[in-house]
Amino acid sequence: MASDNPAGGAPITQDRSFAGHGQAGLSPCYSMTAPAASTLVSEPSRPSAVIATQARVPTTEIDASCRVPVLLLFVSGAIWLLVGIFLLLLSSVKLHSPGVLADTAWLTLGRIRPAAMNAVLYGFASQTAIGVLLWMLCRLAGTRLFFQSTILIAGMLWNLGVTTGFVGILAGAGTGFDWLEMPRYASVILFVAYALIGICAVMTFHFRRDPALYVSQWYLLAALFWFPWIYSAANFLLLIQPVRGVMQAVVNAWYTNIFLHLWLGSIGLAVIFYFIPKLIGRPLYNRWLAAFGFWTLAFFANLSGLNQLTGGPVPAWMISISVAAGVLLIVPLISVAINWHLTLAGNYQRAKEDMTLRFVVFGAGCYLIAEALGIVLGTREVSVATHYTYLELGHRYLALFGFVGMVLWGSLHYIVPRLVQMDWYCPKLTKTHFRCSALGVGLIFVALSAGGVLHGLKMNLGTEDMVRLVRATVPFVGLSTLGWLLLLIGQGALLMNLFVVLRRSVEPYRRSAWELVRSDNPAQPEESS
Amino acid sequence: MNSGPLLFLGIFVTLAASFWSLLLVPQVKIGRQEILNTNNMVYPARPGVTKQGEQIYRSLGCTECHTRQVRPRGYGSDFDRGWGNRRTVAQDYLNDYPVMLGNLRIGPDLANIGLRQTNALWHLAHLYEPKRMSPGSMMPPYRFLFKNRKLKVGEKPPPEALPFELKPGHATIPSEDAYALVDYMLGQQAEFPLFEAPLPGAATNVPPADAASTNTVSTNAVSTNAVSTNVPSTNVSTNVAPGNSPK
Repeated sequence: MASDNPAGGAPITQDRSFAGHGQAGLSPCYSMTAPAASTLVSEPSRPSAVIATQARVPTTEIDASCRVPVLLLFVSGAIWLLVGIFLLLLSSVKLHSPGVLADTAWLTLGRIRPAAMNAVLYGFASQTAIGVLLWMLCRLAGTRLFFQSTILIAGMLWNLGVTTGFVGILAGAGTGFDWLEMPRYASVILFVAYALIGICAVMTFHFRRDPALYVSQWYLLAALFWFPWIYSAANFLLLIQPVRGVMQAVVNAWYTNIFLHLWLGSIGLAVIFYFIPKLIGRPLYNRWLAAFGFWTLAFFANLSGLNQLTGGPVPAWMISISVAAGVLLIVPLISVAINWHLTLAGNYQRAKEDMTLRFVVFGAGCYLIAEALGIVLGTREVSVATHYTYLELGHRYLALFGFVGMVLWGSLHYIVPRLVQMDWYCPKLTKTHFRCSALGVGLIFVALSAGGVLHGLKMNLGTEDMVRLVRATVPFVGLSTLGWLLLLIGQGALLMNLFVVLRRSVEPYRRSAWELVRSDNPAQPEESS
Repeated sequence: MNSGPLLFLGIFVTLAASFWSLLLVPQVKIGRQEILNTNNMVYPARPGVTKQGEQIYRSLGCTECHTRQVRPRGYGSDFDRGWGNRRTVAQDYLNDYPVMLGNLRIGPDLANIGLRQTNALWHLAHLYEPKRMSPGSMMPPYRFLFKNRKLKVGEKPPPEALPFELKPGHATIPSEDAYALVDYMLGQQAEFPLFEAPLPGAATNVPPADAASTNTVSTNAVSTNAVSTNVPSTNVSTNVAPGNSPK
């Protein structure tokens, strides 16, 4: 596609760059004094030659427009995360102590694990990702958020849907499809909620005041469009008008892959492409390399879903398409890795001072590892040994918490203070959040990978008795339980930080409301406020 | 890359390519398979209680730890473990809803559990307390599928109770769900000989429904594993009443 960059002489990489950030812009702190705010969180200056119809809205106004709906999504996302990780911890405990809480149908392993995954995937990851998406779209477009009250209602509806589905799974109404366990009635609520949000987001995008599109916007627009398609298609083909036989497994594999890669993954990549240049104050290394990475990812990742079915009861040609596309994912992987590295080169130490950058760089690293491992695990030769083992589980958790989780927490760390116009309650809690999360994810991944290799060697390549070989993996599962515990502590720190900040930010309003109620002169309430 | 509509077009095309090649074309190819009914073989369509058992299997999330698919020869040691005499193919799942292939094996594959363990009482006792039936098992107990009734001294257990004692001094009565689940497991038999997945040694494999597919596995099969000998080395029906003589 042709560039709209009319400044013919200007280097392409400068187009819509993040250059021009002062050192002041790097401070994660936010002072209460309003005048400083605009310089502190200012968007990069646009190339002068680009003709804009309207001036960009000041960032403080953009943040104010996002405040209520985005905070709702963030806070409920953090609560769902805590619930999900607690249940994942419990299910990890049940894997090595099967007798724990086994006498209730609601708490049996086969119900709490899908319930936990759905809480994490839809309650936390998707919800927080939508919040980040909305904020980033507004910031990049230079407009206020459109239809805030609609988004607020849709956000509540989304939470209603997740709650319904979560309870449904625990009550035994889970559908039996991976990552789509929520019963039909819950998926419908989720879809309606998403449709409302999606329309508002597309409107915000369409009426952007800055016509130039930055890399992150490509990913965001793609995610906005891909999610409703795959979610409606998968729900329709599995729950409403079910396809017959193994086609169900095919639809399911197609869905889970695109959900992780191109819904959560696209928003995660958008976050990385947004924050790395912004926080180090340098333009992205190369825009065209990013475009190449975007289109190759969009094409190959979409096609790579069925390699989860290797050896399964489907015709081999379907798997072959996905295995080939899966191997070709090395192309976008290398292109984004080069782009990030050359943007960051010489600035890695910044991640020590800047917590947001630390989260994002850690997430980017996890993305590269998870993607590379995914390519290896997707091939037929390796899959023979590693399929159905803990290794695949560890890989999924790395992608989900190490990459998606980390970059979302990083952006949360950046965005929330700007929304509430107040610093985080306690920087130490933020540090605890990062350390516990990083260590927890690392421990879970390493433990499950090591256990998974053993699992694969003994189960797929050997013929050791099933009972004995599962017992042999127990120490590794135990280690991963420790990882879940750390992750839980980290999320507790996040939630505490979030709640105190929110409480303090509403304190003035609360107090004035209280005074209003108690005022001796109720006839003239406007005076007392 | 600054044009919204062009970007949108590309985004549409990439997912449409995936939707077309991974969902629509497969649906045309294998989505309308019909059940073969030849050679007087019983096709594993088991309605009624078995269908209810499938819903119990789904609802309890058994698929979180158990797969229901046998991979072809050369893919892991599925055959050496006696998990099946042939690979499972699309034909095997035509009656399933939902199709729960599973993607983690913390327990054995269940595609042929109905052939390996044919004793319903074994399955009931195993669900009540897996460790008792297969020592060292890490499977969680499903005692909530049973009701325990305390017996008075000298009282005979009611006829609907299990014929052996699982909890001292109690009569254990399986619920309908437990029976349905066991029925479902007994029905797990991917043994119908198919052209695309012949049974080793079977003379009567069903003729091809679709001449395009070819498979030559049967020619090199050793034809020693007859169905009946294919019982795993773990406990079999002989010790179904551990420590207690059936009454």
